[in-house]
Amino acid sequence: MKRVYVNEKWCLGCHLCEYNCAFANSGKNDMVDALKDVTIHPRIQVEGDNDVSFAVSCRHCEDPICVKSCIAGALSIKDGVIHCDQEKCVGCFTCVLVCPYGAVMPAPDGHVIQKCELCTNNSSGEPACVKGCPNGAIVFEER
Amino acid sequence: MQYEGQTRIPSGCAISGIFSRSGEKFNGEDIIRSITPMHDRSNGLGGGFAAYGIYPKQKDLYAFHVFYDSVRAKEECEHIISSSFDLNVAEKIPTRRIPEITDEPSIWRYFGLPYRKQLDDTGLDEREFVSRFVMKVNTEVRGAYVFSSGKNMGVFKAVGFPEDVGRFYRLEDYEGYCWTAHGRYPTNTPGWWGGAHPFALLDYSVVHNGEISSYDANRRFIEMFGYSCTLLTDTEAITYIIDYLNRRQGLSLNEVADVVAAPFWSQIEAMPEEKRRYYTYLRNIYSSLLITGPFSILVGYTGGMMALNDRCKLRSMVVGEHGDTVYVASEECAIRTIQPNLDRLWSPRGGEPVIVTLNKGVTP
Amino acid sequence: MAIDYNISEYDVVRDPQRCIACRVCERQCANEVHWFDAETGKMRSDESKCVDCHRCVSLCPTHALKIVKNPDTFRLNGQWDNAAIGEVFRQAETGGMLLSSMGNPKNYPIYWDKMLINASQVTNPSIDPLREPMETRTFLGKKPDRLERGADGALRTDNLPPQLELEVPIMFSAMSYGSISYNAHESLARAATELGTYYNTGEGGLHEDFYSYGPHTIVQVASGRFGVHQKFLEAGAAIEIKIGQGAKPGIGGHLPGAKISADVSRTRMIPQGSDAISPAPHHDIYSIEDLRQLVYSLKEATNYKKPIIVKIAAVHNVAAIASGIARSGADIIAIDGFRGGTGAAPTRIRDNVGIPIELALASVDERLRQEKIRSNVSLVVGGSIRNSADVVKAIALGADAVYIGTAALLALGCHLCRTCQNGKCNWGIATQRPDLVKRLNPDIGYKRLVNLVSAWQHEIMEMMGGMGINSIEALRGNRLMLRGIGLNEKELEILGIKHAGE
Repeated sequence: MKRVYVNEKWCLGCHLCEYNCAFANSGKNDMVDALKDVTIHPRIQVEGDNDVSFAVSCRHCEDPICVKSCIAGALSIKDGVIHCDQEKCVGCFTCVLVCPYGAVMPAPDGHVIQKCELCTNNSSGEPACVKGCPNGAIVFEER
Repeated sequence: MQYEGQTRIPSGCAISGIFSRSGEKFNGEDIIRSITPMHDRSNGLGGGFAAYGIYPKQKDLYAFHVFYDSVRAKEECEHIISSSFDLNVAEKIPTRRIPEITDEPSIWRYFGLPYRKQLDDTGLDEREFVSRFVMKVNTEVRGAYVFSSGKNMGVFKAVGFPEDVGRFYRLEDYEGYCWTAHGRYPTNTPGWWGGAHPFALLDYSVVHNGEISSYDANRRFIEMFGYSCTLLTDTEAITYIIDYLNRRQGLSLNEVADVVAAPFWSQIEAMPEEKRRYYTYLRNIYSSLLITGPFSILVGYTGGMMALNDRCKLRSMVVGEHGDTVYVASEECAIRTIQPNLDRLWSPRGGEPVIVTLNKGVTP
Repeated sequence: MAIDYNISEYDVVRDPQRCIACRVCERQCANEVHWFDAETGKMRSDESKCVDCHRCVSLCPTHALKIVKNPDTFRLNGQWDNAAIGEVFRQAETGGMLLSSMGNPKNYPIYWDKMLINASQVTNPSIDPLREPMETRTFLGKKPDRLERGADGALRTDNLPPQLELEVPIMFSAMSYGSISYNAHESLARAATELGTYYNTGEGGLHEDFYSYGPHTIVQVASGRFGVHQKFLEAGAAIEIKIGQGAKPGIGGHLPGAKISADVSRTRMIPQGSDAISPAPHHDIYSIEDLRQLVYSLKEATNYKKPIIVKIAAVHNVAAIASGIARSGADIIAIDGFRGGTGAAPTRIRDNVGIPIELALASVDERLRQEKIRSNVSLVVGGSIRNSADVVKAIALGADAVYIGTAALLALGCHLCRTCQNGKCNWGIATQRPDLVKRLNPDIGYKRLVNLVSAWQHEIMEMMGGMGINSIEALRGNRLMLRGIGLNEKELEILGIKHAGE
């Protein structure tokens, strides 16, 4: 299955992926409308300093501990992609606690969780972080 | 208006050639009949013939055919020629006055050999000496033009349709074992007698149909070796290339064809190792002598004739055989007119030379 | 001092309606032009530091940035423009030479743009490269004067001096590791290998990681002899002796110690942090006969297996110099025109020394032919080739192949800000700072170089086909395929071409 992979050798720490992610999931057509004067809550986050940096997002584990831990049946696997049904999510945040990568986070409203769904749940078509990475550090591929 | 030699003139054309492998001689009537049906391929601005074996009595002497525009040019040229050559004959070339051919220059021929002592002093071989003499007259004597300079062969050319040119020169009076003919369709010139084909140097004569796109690349390369392309025509450049490769570099005519109409790299790569090395070597060393653009040429030389198409075969050319006689022409009709019963008729592939020579034991 | 205040050349214009304060510009600017004002929550900038490299403009996700020419000006003056006045101020302040980089940006004639290419109509068919073979392969090197045959009469093919085989007559010109980054070198090496052509180490040695690209590498020996050793000479496909460079004819080179990182120091074989200074001349070449000795020393050292290139800058007497080189045993002459790029050069030299490559090429090619020694050497020209039409024109004037430097860097991301000398290249090219070097991902870089050259190759084929030529060698020196436009008699005479309409 195709997944998002990051190569820290080429990650510049520019944080563009975060903004592209926030925009893709905003439901708006224009980045300025979506992100101007807004604190963003991207599903991918750059860790590290100026020397080594690395963008982290959901790995879509084959045996995902978050899905096992979900008490409401909100997390599920469809074609390898881990989805969150926010209608079902009760905001217990167990998944946030168990994810070893820190890739599941509370949604901006604080009542449900959000996570990377490889842009299958928005209009981006392909992962927006990959499309917008200026240095080929984030790739979407079969390994 | 710029004349030939002042500007480059592309032209389309008709060519025809007849060669008797058994050395049987025939007069110029056949070749005139052969070129006639291709009348529309020329436009009256140039026609000509080359014939081999026509001067058996002077066969060991160089035969120079010269056009003169003025008495002064003739005096100047004859001064040079007589100081270098022991001349046997100097005469006007016999012509027939016909209304179709006008404005003829004074046309002379000379038979002779270089003075031994002069030749020894220069240290050149005889053919190189003659070739330099021709270059000298053609570049330095205004109004004089040596258009034929081989042994036991001659070129006859003029401004006009080829069939008229043939009658003008009374070709029925000459007998040879090989004849080539040319009808010219130059695109932007009033036509000049020297610019008509065949173009000749020593016993090499070339008739050519086409316009080569590599002209200036070829010209600027060949001019490094003492040739000067005064006419700015393709045929002149091709003749010098053949002379350079065949006479001076010692390539066989087959090898010459492999240089000027080399196979494509894609074809070479598919060849066995040894052939690949051979073609790669030739294409590398003589890269500036590759001829591109459309051409079909007939090269006459003592004892043989070569027909060659460009490597894309962008010009028509067919070859026919009847007994010991070989026919080559731009169009089949030119062959059928004189020999309806052919043993074989084919269209050679681009870049594939057809070389015919006198049978073993036949002397030219 | 107030008197020295120099007007910044460019203004950074930020559209407040569009800026989302993502701070990408701030993180990407090595010159520290942008910063985030936490109090107002707005981005701000200091345009005096801006070099107009366009890194921020290119990466801004909302296209909120524009770099424009600063309208602030000294009193307008045809003779004393802003640059002329500003340069006097800078020199009065510092007492130093002015430094700049990349090629001469002044408004001298560009002869490429004053030549037009021919095409076939009626008398001769044009050729469609999509349907017919169209050949761009070429060989560089000395050709033998005469043929030899074996005992069986067959042509000997084993007597050929060493040659370079190019699938397309475009090579990457010399740029040293040190002046450009490891990733830039890797991109060039991989692209040259994939394209079937060559890149050039410049005077900086060959990084041990790149020996595997040796068959597509030209190794350079210049006046400082940096990084030259036996293995280095043997690694390359050809050896280039650099006498001069178009951007700075007659002077040496200076790579500041700050750029001599551990890796660069190892490759150049000089101490880390020490300045790398190349002398102006080769101190073992004070005349043409000395050049011959170096040519043959290198041939001896490599067992006569590598062609030797001698690279010179296009200067006034270039034809006579080239004729001397053609008789020195060199196999290839490379000529670099006055617009050639550099990582650093004194501004006055870059902008005032040397001659245009078009004129140099035309006169060298003609001179070598007049002396009947054109086949002794191949001619490679560089220093202003911008596109495939320039390549076609160069070959028609008589070049065997071209070198591209600036165009290759542009493909890698260079935006020609001409401040390589600062070592803070925001595009990861002319820098050794690890955080900047990583901005050039060679996986992307090499592909872009391959794309560029392949695109040019297609265009060259299309133009050749239009002329009815199906092999690049039939274009070489084919000056009838060119016509001048708006040139005077003398220029036409030097170029050896006719005027349009003739």
